[in-house]
Amino acid sequence: MTTPFLSVRDLKVHFPTPDGIVKATDGLSFTLEKGKTIGIVGESGSGKSVSSSAILGLHRHTNAIVSGEILLDGVDLLKISDEDMRRKRGADVAMIFQDPLSAMHPYYTVGSQIAEAYRVHHDVSRKKAKARAVEMLDRVGIPQPDHRVDDYPHQFSGGMRQRAMIAMALINNPSLLIADEPTTALDVTVQAQILDLLQDLQRDFDAAVIMITHDLGVIAEMADDVLVMYAGRAVEYGAGKEILTHPEMPYTWGLLSSVPDVAGDTSAKLIPIPGNPPSLLTPPPGCAFNPRCTHKDKVPGDLCTTVLPDLVPGVRSETHLKRCHLANPDAIYEQEILPEILPELVEER
Amino acid sequence: MSNFWPGDAGMPSEEPVGEDATDEVTEFQEPEMGHAASVADWGAKPILDVRDLKMYFPVKSSGVIRRTIGHVQAVDGVSFQVPAGGSLGLVGESGCGKSTTGRLVTRLYEPTGGSIEFDGRDITTISARSLKPLRREIQMIFQDPYTSLNPRHSVGSIIGAPLAIHQVVPKDKILPRVQELLEIVGLNPEHYNRYPHEFSGGQRQRIGIARALTLQPKLLVADEPVSALDVSIQAQVINLLQDLQREFGIAFLFIAHDLAVVRHFCPEVAVMYLGKIVEIADRETLYNRPNHPYTQALLSAVPNVKQAAIGGRRERIQLEGDVPSPINPPSGCRFRTRCSLAQEICARVEPPLLQIGKRHKVACHFAGELGHHPDRPITASLLGVDDTGTPDPGASPATDLGNEPGYSDTWFDLERKTMAKA
Repeated sequence: MTTPFLSVRDLKVHFPTPDGIVKATDGLSFTLEKGKTIGIVGESGSGKSVSSSAILGLHRHTNAIVSGEILLDGVDLLKISDEDMRRKRGADVAMIFQDPLSAMHPYYTVGSQIAEAYRVHHDVSRKKAKARAVEMLDRVGIPQPDHRVDDYPHQFSGGMRQRAMIAMALINNPSLLIADEPTTALDVTVQAQILDLLQDLQRDFDAAVIMITHDLGVIAEMADDVLVMYAGRAVEYGAGKEILTHPEMPYTWGLLSSVPDVAGDTSAKLIPIPGNPPSLLTPPPGCAFNPRCTHKDKVPGDLCTTVLPDLVPGVRSETHLKRCHLANPDAIYEQEILPEILPELVEER
Repeated sequence: MSNFWPGDAGMPSEEPVGEDATDEVTEFQEPEMGHAASVADWGAKPILDVRDLKMYFPVKSSGVIRRTIGHVQAVDGVSFQVPAGGSLGLVGESGCGKSTTGRLVTRLYEPTGGSIEFDGRDITTISARSLKPLRREIQMIFQDPYTSLNPRHSVGSIIGAPLAIHQVVPKDKILPRVQELLEIVGLNPEHYNRYPHEFSGGQRQRIGIARALTLQPKLLVADEPVSALDVSIQAQVINLLQDLQREFGIAFLFIAHDLAVVRHFCPEVAVMYLGKIVEIADRETLYNRPNHPYTQALLSAVPNVKQAAIGGRRERIQLEGDVPSPINPPSGCRFRTRCSLAQEICARVEPPLLQIGKRHKVACHFAGELGHHPDRPITASLLGVDDTGTPDPGASPATDLGNEPGYSDTWFDLERKTMAKA
């Protein structure tokens, strides 16, 4: 087996606080190939953004304790010097942020900010960098790019700002792109435009993409692999289609059954996950999801509340990993969950 | 209601919780697990009747003399009804005027034109003094549970404030009622002396809901009530709102950009674009057989996890560009600049909101189901113009194309191109 392009192994990001250690990410592992997309799903505070900023080296010189291994093309990003990291950041690894208005400087023109990203990594004149910025703006579908390049961020609409952010992220041809909730702040029709654009660009640049979102619908359309995070840990990981059609972890079931649908039967039920996400300061013992899990009575004894399950292959395939004590999740999903959330599918059978 | 809302009837049961907020995960327990979508009572009388409502915000020039140089036409001729105890959903993208409509209905703004009738009373221009009793009957739930609660007031004083202001109960009775309300929305009644920061986002939204319920309103304007919450919490709050609606017969004007949430909550839905309603219909019609190209594009743009999970993705209809400025909206049909069906007539004549089914109105010259849009404008003969939109001297335009709220018994049949009756 060849080594994967990006390999994250046992990544831990811990924040010491006066009240104790906050384990924002606690042992996260995944791999990603060039041209592929991994979708990381989870609620606020599940550690998805913290993990991705660790890949960019953004926890250096903070009080965060980062351990584990992040191998990008064979180089451990956690071991290289600050200077080397600075050279990679923005050039090999780039990031698209959620809110393009706060991610851009209001006093500088859009063009100068994009050109700056280019000049940091290339020894070119301002003029050349600006020409390259115009080229990128054109590539991401901004009309009249040679004219709009001199606009300020407030003169752009939300969708255009996000396009400009993408232009800035891709100007150095990064091989790894981290998109942190890239469409959450956008309207659905604009979201559709941006998702299509990201897919096009990924094909052209052959970049690996980490897509962080809480929207399972976006994941369903974009991701090859899916990683579901809960309380700092992966709880389910595998091929996207496999996870969305045959989820084996009650938290993933909960996510699927708590979103209403625009199509399908209106008798489909909306079943919330009871309770609130746990505190990362004092996570519940055993499985972190156990206080909210409605299936823990199906597990013998008090395994769920005492023993943290390992991330192990599920019942269907070797590559579909789940962190749960349930012995027959497949049957429970088919018999108890599906009829509630997709009644028309069950009728068809 | 003589007896103040009984808090025990069918409401979530409570368990005592510990001091630490992290123990509160067991706090909210549903008696039954999930809820199916809300069902309509089509015979219900309208409690809110909005007619040709307009809100223009002046745009001032800079400098010492701030002249008005234009108007943002945030809401421009909107008509709809909300049935008593029912819900109407308002959907649309940012800037379409849905929140402004909500604020007009609660009379946080005074409308530029049109009328709002609530429970038989015209409330369009009534004075601040006569507004006060109205506030008891129309309340609002806000989007952001972090900014809509005063951080320096305890939960008890936040929820109790309306009771004190409107002097509905003697001072010593306020606390028991606050506790009752906390119980109704699924919070621990002992927590009345806590502050908003001690609660999670979902719990704060419950506090906002309790505050809105305090005065037993007949109409709740819910402006994006769940969009700031995590998905698992969203479902809890939607189910709570459904419970409350069923229990107390509250009517909802439900404003949201999330088409799936609106579909679940509202049996009737209106789609807005640039200050106008472009399509309004019952849920089944709007989501299964939309006739307006904007509704069709909007629905196709929603990423759909359950459908994707069972059978791949649908084709998206791509809308080009952005929403035009509401200061200087396009002539004729406001959607024409992004519409793939647009022809000459669309730039010349504004399409009327035409009833084309029992509970279905659409504002488009080329209305039709996806893939079955007509080649010639359906509205030409009704408007007395030819197919390019030029006035036709020989034609006799229909006079009753008024912007009336609600539905009539007769409508324009798209197939036969004549008026039809139920």
